Amino acid sequence: MSTVIFKKPEGLSDRKLHYCPGCAHGIVHRLVAECVAELGQVDDAIITAPVGCSVFIPNYFNYDTIHCAHGRAPATATGIKRVHPDKLVITYQGDGDLASIGTAEIVHCAARGENITTVFINNGIYGMTGGQMAPTTLPGMKATTCQSGRDVKVNGNPIRVCEMLATLDGPVYIERVSVDSAPNVIKAKKAIKKALECQMKGLGYSFVEVVSSCPTNWGMTPVKAMEFVREKMIPYYPLGVYKDLTEEAK
Amino acid sequence: MGKTYKISCAGFGGQGVMSMGQLLTYAGMEEGKEVTWVPSYGPEMRGGTANCSVTVSDEPIGSPVFDNGITTCIAMNVPSYRKYVDKVAPGGDLFINSSIIHDEVTRTDINVYKVPVNDIADELGNQKLVNIIMLGAVVEVTKIVSPETILHKAFLKLFGAGKAKLIPANEKALARGAEAVKDQIK
Amino acid sequence: MARVIMKGNEAIAKAAIVGGCRYFMGYPITPQNEIPEYLSRELPKVGGTFIQAESEVAAINMVYGAGASGARVMTSSSSPGIALKQEGIGYLVHGEVPAVIVSMMRGGPALGTIQPAQSDYFQAKYGGSNGDKHLPVLIPGNIQEAVDAVKYAFEMADHYRHPVIVCCDGLIGQMMEPVDFDHPVEIKSKQDPTEWALGCSKPGTRNFIYGISDDAPDCERRNIKNFEGKYAEMAATEARWEEYMIDDAEYAMVGYGTTARILRTAVQELRKEGIKIGLIRPKTAWPFPEAPFLNPNIKKFIVGEMSMGQMVEDVKLACGDKSKVAFYGRCGGMIPTPEEFIDYAKKVIGGAN
Repeated sequence: MSTVIFKKPEGLSDRKLHYCPGCAHGIVHRLVAECVAELGQVDDAIITAPVGCSVFIPNYFNYDTIHCAHGRAPATATGIKRVHPDKLVITYQGDGDLASIGTAEIVHCAARGENITTVFINNGIYGMTGGQMAPTTLPGMKATTCQSGRDVKVNGNPIRVCEMLATLDGPVYIERVSVDSAPNVIKAKKAIKKALECQMKGLGYSFVEVVSSCPTNWGMTPVKAMEFVREKMIPYYPLGVYKDLTEEAK
Repeated sequence: MGKTYKISCAGFGGQGVMSMGQLLTYAGMEEGKEVTWVPSYGPEMRGGTANCSVTVSDEPIGSPVFDNGITTCIAMNVPSYRKYVDKVAPGGDLFINSSIIHDEVTRTDINVYKVPVNDIADELGNQKLVNIIMLGAVVEVTKIVSPETILHKAFLKLFGAGKAKLIPANEKALARGAEAVKDQIK
Repeated sequence: MARVIMKGNEAIAKAAIVGGCRYFMGYPITPQNEIPEYLSRELPKVGGTFIQAESEVAAINMVYGAGASGARVMTSSSSPGIALKQEGIGYLVHGEVPAVIVSMMRGGPALGTIQPAQSDYFQAKYGGSNGDKHLPVLIPGNIQEAVDAVKYAFEMADHYRHPVIVCCDGLIGQMMEPVDFDHPVEIKSKQDPTEWALGCSKPGTRNFIYGISDDAPDCERRNIKNFEGKYAEMAATEARWEEYMIDDAEYAMVGYGTTARILRTAVQELRKEGIKIGLIRPKTAWPFPEAPFLNPNIKKFIVGEMSMGQMVEDVKLACGDKSKVAFYGRCGGMIPTPEEFIDYAKKVIGGAN
């Protein structure tokens, strides 16, 4: 008789992920699902799919799900949460979706202090469309629309979203994490869980940025990509808590 | 065919032009007539003049807007008078705030009624009553609706029961307006 | 309930509440501001929610979320604002999400003017969102009809799980006339939210609002399902119109909204001169009522609009003979007078004899 020593958390489907080898979406999907399951919210979770690689989120999460227009998930999630204040509403968004086309929606959702949780995947590139420059592409980093590397004089500067949102009064909890190593994966899970708990307690808007990789569009092996995260991405996007208004922080 | 009144109310913002029109509209409905009220809006209003078009009819109302063919024209200031005097239908009634409009009316095919509403309001001690004084003159001449309907039904519907204490002052204003045109009625 | 006098915008807002709407998301724009103002005050009193969104784009996407969650939800705007909402309207269609959108038309293009217009008939009917679709559009002729249209639009939206547009010229929003909120509208069947809406799924099941199809065959299948299903049902059952003095008419004025009232006055005047003319007033832009334009007794359809000519294209298609259709319009916020239509009609009729 076989023994199960490792299985998918409740709430994740058996469907094979379509993500590229080394992509961090798989890790973060699992962390979200583990947290939701551990909080006993599998039947009450609603997750929104963005436009970007994770547009197929509904294939992987067995929650009620909705495809949002590009960048508009915070608005759509606002509509959902106002109708179902007792449900756990999560937006899962990439950097192009959240920090470029959806800047207005994320800023105002945070400013309103909507009682929802955002998981933000920052890998500094447009993955789904084939490696174009993102709002978070590092200075000097190459992309198909800045082929000699991002020149801030031409292309402007990257946006640090945690720092920007932390200036607002609406959010209750903002943290930037990474999944480049096992210890950081554990920290990332803690952050996601805390963010969801903020929502369950009705405290207000919670936001977790995950500094992530895109081996395919960065043109690196998965291992090299994680090294790039550590050596280049994290220094520009420092990990840590940017805002915490929860009781335990006081 | 029943009677259809096409009423234009025009004047400065603050002269109560819009509510004058609305009182006629509410009173018309209370008396079982078909009514519409159409305001001018936007920058046109911010320029200092306000106007509204009111239709009170015994039949279903077609066009709620009209440019010419005004049966009852109320001009509370000089720009309104000059804008509307040629748009009054032959045989129609033109009511002028003669406290501030001193133009000589040259049209002979309309009935002109001069009501010194600012002077009367001064005598009553309340300039806010200029529109009600004019309304008193208008209904005295035209009988579009009765002053009782304006006072006891339309007024409360428009301004709310909380304003019932203002009814005596408005009753006096309506009466003074009516009095001012009595000897002008042909 | 007795008739009460209300400004059109406020009546539309109240009609939404009477029609069961409990969520409204919008953004300020003239000439429809009394709708969000009224609902910001009145919705909380009935346990509802009003959100002033940061943009028209956010507003329609909030509507998408609330509608997808099984709520009766509405947004309203005016021409340039409706332009911004187009993206979200496409998602409402693909996701089969019920919602009501009020379009209070003003002059255009761009900021245009804030005065009343009918130059967004195409915008309402065809929309600016991508993909194959139909958008049911109700075009009421006065405030009472606008109230009834809003109430019925919620019935349609729930029945078909589809966005429904109530499209008015700005004059309907700004004017006042008596209205009866108890005037009944047809109540339609609706799908069980537990079978489709977010947050309503039964334990062990899940509901999913689609914005992207799995692949090309799936996308085509969805479109065909809609065209053979709900669009066919709408086309067969939802076209509405009113005829006035058409029985013996040789000519027909054609118009909708406030323009139809102006045309009605023109028809009455022309009748006094012995001209056998009537009025055809479409009450839906899609599906467009075709039957009244197949009347063989009508020699000319004289279309009037507050636009450079948009509904007139539907009249040409419906009657199948462009030479039988004439058009007179004013635009940019200008309101045509009965006299202008009378003069134009006489020219057309004179030319036809």
